[in-house]
Parts: sequence; C-alpha cells; structure tokens
Amino acid sequence: MNLLLEIAWTHVTTRIRQTLVGIVGVAIGVGFTIMIAGLMEGSQRDFIHQLVDTLPHVTVSDERRSASTQPAEQEYAAVQVANLPTADRRAGIKNPNSVVASIESWLPGAISPSEQTTALVHYVGGHIGVTVTGIDPRREVKVSKLADQMQKGQVSDLFRASNAIIIGEALAQKIGAQIRSTVTISVGETHSLAATVVGIFRSGVHQIDESQVYTLLRTAQVLSGQPGGINQLRLRLDDAVAAKDVAGRIEAQTGYKSVSWQEANANLLSAFTVRAFIMLTVMAAMLFTSCFATYNIISTITHEKRHDIAIMKSLGLKEQFVRGIFIVESVIMGAVGIAAGWVIGYLLCYGLSRVTFFNPLSGEIINVPIYWTVTHYAAVGMLTLTACAAAAFFPARKATRVHPVEIIRGAA
Amino acid sequence: MNTAVIQTVGLVRRVEGVVSHVLVNGIDLSVGKGEFLAITGPSGSGKSSLLYLLGLLDGPTEGEIFVGGRATSGLTESQKAEIRLKTCGFVFQFHFLLPEFTALDNVLLPMRTLGGLSMSQMRAKALALLASLGLAEQVNKRPHQLSGGQRQRVALARALANDPAIIVADEPTGNLDTASTEQVFGVLRDIANQGRTVIVVTHDPGLAARADRRIQIVDGKIAQETWLSKQRSDARTEEESRQVEPS
Repeated sequence: MNLLLEIAWTHVTTRIRQTLVGIVGVAIGVGFTIMIAGLMEGSQRDFIHQLVDTLPHVTVSDERRSASTQPAEQEYAAVQVANLPTADRRAGIKNPNSVVASIESWLPGAISPSEQTTALVHYVGGHIGVTVTGIDPRREVKVSKLADQMQKGQVSDLFRASNAIIIGEALAQKIGAQIRSTVTISVGETHSLAATVVGIFRSGVHQIDESQVYTLLRTAQVLSGQPGGINQLRLRLDDAVAAKDVAGRIEAQTGYKSVSWQEANANLLSAFTVRAFIMLTVMAAMLFTSCFATYNIISTITHEKRHDIAIMKSLGLKEQFVRGIFIVESVIMGAVGIAAGWVIGYLLCYGLSRVTFFNPLSGEIINVPIYWTVTHYAAVGMLTLTACAAAAFFPARKATRVHPVEIIRGAA
Repeated sequence: MNTAVIQTVGLVRRVEGVVSHVLVNGIDLSVGKGEFLAITGPSGSGKSSLLYLLGLLDGPTEGEIFVGGRATSGLTESQKAEIRLKTCGFVFQFHFLLPEFTALDNVLLPMRTLGGLSMSQMRAKALALLASLGLAEQVNKRPHQLSGGQRQRVALARALANDPAIIVADEPTGNLDTASTEQVFGVLRDIANQGRTVIVVTHDPGLAARADRRIQIVDGKIAQETWLSKQRSDARTEEESRQVEPS
C-alpha cells in the first residue's frame, strides 16, 4: 500500500472516536442536504406537475396579441393610423376545422376545440355566473384530466341527454343540484335553455369547481349565439416542456394568440427560481457547517500530531507529503461520512414520504412530495468530498509549515 | 585527517525578535568520515542549535555548511529534505517514533520515502538492522510497548535505515537509565567504527570521553577542542574493553 495512504489510514483507524465525530459531522450534513434537496425539488416538481396536469399545455384563443396593422402602415414607415372605427368582426377562430386540421398535421399531442362563453345559472337562491365550455367529449378526454376528475357520471354522458351539462362539485352543492336535476342557463336576455346535469367533477381548484360548466359544443354555440363557432383550442402535448415552442409555432402559423403553460404561469415559475436559489443557499450553508466539523477535527489532529510532523519532516519527508497525509485523512472521513450520509438522507426522505397531511378544505390527503434522484446523491457527495479536502488543506498547511526545530526544541 | 564529510565556515545563527540573541556565533568546523564528534557545553550554549544546523534542520543566518563538499545555503526546503533523507540520520532526546506504528514500520518509514528498494528488500534490511541492535523480538511492538532504551535503539535503527553518511544525535541518552545509556553509546561507537560520521550533543562526560574528538561550546563559540584519539583503531580497542565491563 502507498505509504501516504497507509499513514493516513493508520491515523484514522487508531483514533476511532475522533474519526467517528468527523464522519458523523459529514454524514449529518450530507443526509440533511439530500433530504432538503429531495423535498424542495419534490414539492417544486409536484407543483409543476399539477399545474401541467390541470391546465392545457397550450391555449389558443381567438384574440390577437396586438391590433392588426393597416396596409398603409405596412407599406410606408411614416404612416400612423389612429381612431379606427370598430370593425364588426365575427367572434371565434375563422375556419376552425381547417385550423385544427393543419395544427393536427404536425402536433405531437392532442387538440380539443371548444367554445367558451359566460352565462348565468339560475336556481332557487339566485343566479351564479359560470363559464360554459362547449367540448367534444371524445377529444376532451385526450386533452384534460376531466375524465379522471369525474365524481359522478362520465364525460360521454353529455351525449345522453339534450342540453346535458357537467358541473363542478362546489357549484352542485351551492345550487343543490344532483344528477338528472334540471337547471336553467342563460346568456343575457336572449338565449336561455333548460339543461340536465349528467355529471359532477372535482378538479381540486375551488374556483374551477364553483364556476365551470361543460356542455357539448353545440349547446355552448347556441348559448353564445355563434353556430359552428370555436373560440378556443386547447392542446395537450406529449412533452409538456415543448409547450413554449409549440405555442410560438401555432401563433406564427395562425396569428391567434397562443399561450403556453409556462407563459400563463410566468410569475409562479419566476418564484421557483427564487426558491431554487434559497434551496441552494441552505444546502451550501449545511455543507459548509459539516465541513467545519472536518476542519476542526483536522486542526485537532494536526495539533496532536505535531511531534510526528516534526519527526517526519526532519527525517526528510517532504512538506507536501506530510500535508497530503492529513488531507487524505479528511477525505477518508469525508468518503465514509458521505456514504453514511447517503443512507441517512435516504432514510429521512423515505420517512418524510410516509408523512401525510389532511387538507380540510379539499378533503384530500396530501403526501409530502419527495423527488428521488441519484443526481442529488452524486452532487452532494462530490461537493462534500471537495469541501473536506479544502477544509483539511488549511490546518494541514499551517501545521506542516512549522519548522521541525521549533517543535523538537520545545519538546526537549 | 579524513576528507571532510561536513564542514562549516563562519556559521552564525541569530534569532531575530523583540530580544534578539545569537545561538551560534561564528563556528568553523570540519568533521571527517568515520569520525565520532561529541559536542558538549552548558545549557543554552548553542550546542543543540549547532547540531540542527549541521543536520540541515535549520538554516544559518550567516556562513555556509558543506555536506559532502556541496554548499547548502542556496537549497530549497525540498532539496534539504532530500539530503536529510539520504545522508543524515537523526536521533533525538525523545525517541519521536510514530506511536501508531510498529518498530518495523517506523524503521521502514525513511526507506519507503526514499524508495529504490522493493518492499521485501526493505523489510529484510529493516529486520536485519533491528536485529543487529538486539531488537529482533520487538519488531512488531508499538513504541508504548517498548522500554526507553529499546525505543531509542529503534530510533537509531530508523536513523540508519537509508545508510546515511552522517548520524546526528541530540542528547540521545538524556532520558535513559545507565544500562540503556551504555547500550546506546556502544551502538553509536559501532556506527562510527563502520565508517559513518557521528555527531552527538551530550551532557554525559562518559559519552563525550568515548568520542574521537570533543568540542565544548560556550556562548555559541567553540571554547575548547580536544582530540581524544587520532586513530580509530585505538578507539575501537578502548571501546571494546569498556563494553565488556558493565555486562
């Protein structure tokens, strides 16, 4: 065995107690860092997952991002147009079928055209404003989680009655509606129809459960007074991350405003950036603390071993060699501590993943989300090992710099 | 006189500080091959400081030390360490053995640092060295399992590990009883007889009396120089006759 390693190994194995303290210090730091990393990234991913799951990845609406330019403006730079009279443009996406077909030709995912309008639901106690979304049940189930969210009935039940509707659980409770209840829905003074409740869903988002009503496209078109009209395309992609690019491409292709989930939640996502920074700071602080343990122990060892250092140097062992001994000792402690820390971290994560909370508002049982990844273990391990070597370097350098004569003279 | 193994010219070692003082004040000394030199003097006279300078453990403030004819003042710490490893063996008042290692491992330490030999050759050589010093039974013991005299002999074996030309000993018997002192004396005398240069700082007049030459240091200067025997063969016969007495 290499002499340096052998000396280092002998030192750490003959001073078990000290070595253990060092190992435990590193292990705790590594363990907790892994736990925090798993927890933070887990909750973040869980949140994004929910975001991505509940909302369409891309929503194409019949709006445009900016007012359309006039031909004269396109031709001459100096032209400025103001106070244009309102053109009575028909609401909705033009030629929806061909738009859908052209997007579908390249889209890696599913698309569901819908007609959305606001309406009032009338019931005994009064009127509630709702959003009526006309859907094609066969397409809708590919785009949203509505099928999974159904508490009573099925999405396809929309076909089973004329003017069938699916309403949110909160709304059903509020108006006292049950399956097969008949409710009146109206838009303004003109359109009003009696609808039959065929299904009740719960999305988990209270606002949606209270105000969302699903009907067949045809029913929604009647309510909005736009026969054959489509004012929204909702898309679900095979790869949610691609939403940004897909939205850009659709917007370039159709000219309609296409919003990816990333854009719609830009505020939240930027909050995550701050969270990630906080997480890294906390992790760095924990690793730093655990490395301080190593620093202290190496300081103590080098102090206790100053006679050995003196004799090794006087025998003709080079300073770098003697310094290397202590750095290797720190790395040995670090390596064992990291391995132990991995186990601690894994157990902590496992323990936390078993913890559940009850949410009285939604009536759901929530698990603590933990993100399991080898990356955390590897990254924390590498960082700690480097930090241990660095933490040992300074006390080792200080101790081995001392001239042997000073110590030999002091001992005599 | 033999060729000088170690030679100093105008050696001065000053300690700068709030109160500066001179440890070694202008020493010219030449020690030949196979010579046994004893350095004596009162406490604080600078004899140990001189020894550290001779062993390249410390650097002089002024003057020059030649080891094997080579000037050493311009050398880096690394180069000095190299010279110490190859040509100087150290023995101190305290054995300074590495406490976690066996006698054998302690002797192997300088050999392994120098390299050059295979592990089995080094082991054989270290075992032979320890055996020659009467430590055959103790090779696998740790320092705390050994007596003071045995520890000091292990330290001697370690000093001899790389066949150094010079053995530098600082009060090697300072902590030993009479019998152990006698053993260590005998070993040092033998080493000198084998053709190595031995430089010993000692308080012990008995040890000093057995050296080839004795210099007394007072206030950092050579106060007295006595040649005890010009012929090493004389010393050997004298040595042998004395070695018989205590046993």
